[in-house]
Amino acid sequence: MSLPFIIIAVVTLFAAAAAMSLRNLVHCALSLVVSLAGLAALYLTLDAQFVGFAQVLVYVGAVAILIVFAVLLTRSDAIPNQAILAPGWVIGIVVSAIVFTLLGWATLNSTGLPKEVPPVPVVTVKNIGDALMTQYVLPLEVIGLLLTAALIGAVIIAMRDDTAKTKMEDGGLQMEKASGPSSILHPPSSPGGAR
Amino acid sequence: MTPLQGCLLVSALLFAIGLAGAVTRRNAILALVGIELMLNAANLNFIAFWRYGPHPEALSGMMIVIFSISIAAAEAAVGLALIIAIYRHYRTVNLDEIKDLKG
Repeated sequence: MSLPFIIIAVVTLFAAAAAMSLRNLVHCALSLVVSLAGLAALYLTLDAQFVGFAQVLVYVGAVAILIVFAVLLTRSDAIPNQAILAPGWVIGIVVSAIVFTLLGWATLNSTGLPKEVPPVPVVTVKNIGDALMTQYVLPLEVIGLLLTAALIGAVIIAMRDDTAKTKMEDGGLQMEKASGPSSILHPPSSPGGAR
Repeated sequence: MTPLQGCLLVSALLFAIGLAGAVTRRNAILALVGIELMLNAANLNFIAFWRYGPHPEALSGMMIVIFSISIAAAEAAVGLALIIAIYRHYRTVNLDEIKDLKG
């Protein structure tokens, strides 16, 4: 337990707690960036340089920007004037505390954890590339396919489909003339109906 | 306390913070952020066991973290696209107000 590790861990945990508890969502996103950068620094203290820089590139670079864009696109950047926690939040906090207690107890009382610290492993980017291209080449290909499918799917889900919507509205109008309500999601409330 | 136990404690606390946020916040984006924090806690565990385990030259822990980071990126993209689609439909991302399927 070196001093840099403790400092970085405290900063990371405080930033994570702030990201989960602040009211303003933009502040939450910025705290999340601090927390993810702190995690990257933790990886660097653990001699995993490649993973640390991948964390900076992917999380601090891409995922944080995605989250900020989602916050702005859904107009959640205004400070909400209602409660930010769901009803029944006490149960959630209690469950989280139980999970942490259990994990901490298991960590502190486990006898199977290795005690001695092995020497610093020499891991160059060449080693990682060799492993990715030989032993882990199948997972690499699967990940590439998964990323492609996920990104195309994300674009399709988030795409505004104006043409389909107007077509559906036209069809819906005709159907409404023919046989009453067409939308399942928002049925017109019938006056005096039993609700 | 050994360095490995310190890493595991930090990771457990990060996981608990993420879990608490994911189940208590009303905003869907914040729930997704909590899930990201939990994934990161798991990654920290993998790196800690890779570094302090008996065979750090085997690269297994590092490889699984690299793949996990890329899967988390795909998950964040799809999740946020779903949140944007839900916002377009309901004009809100408050999880308590999205209850069309609630029995």
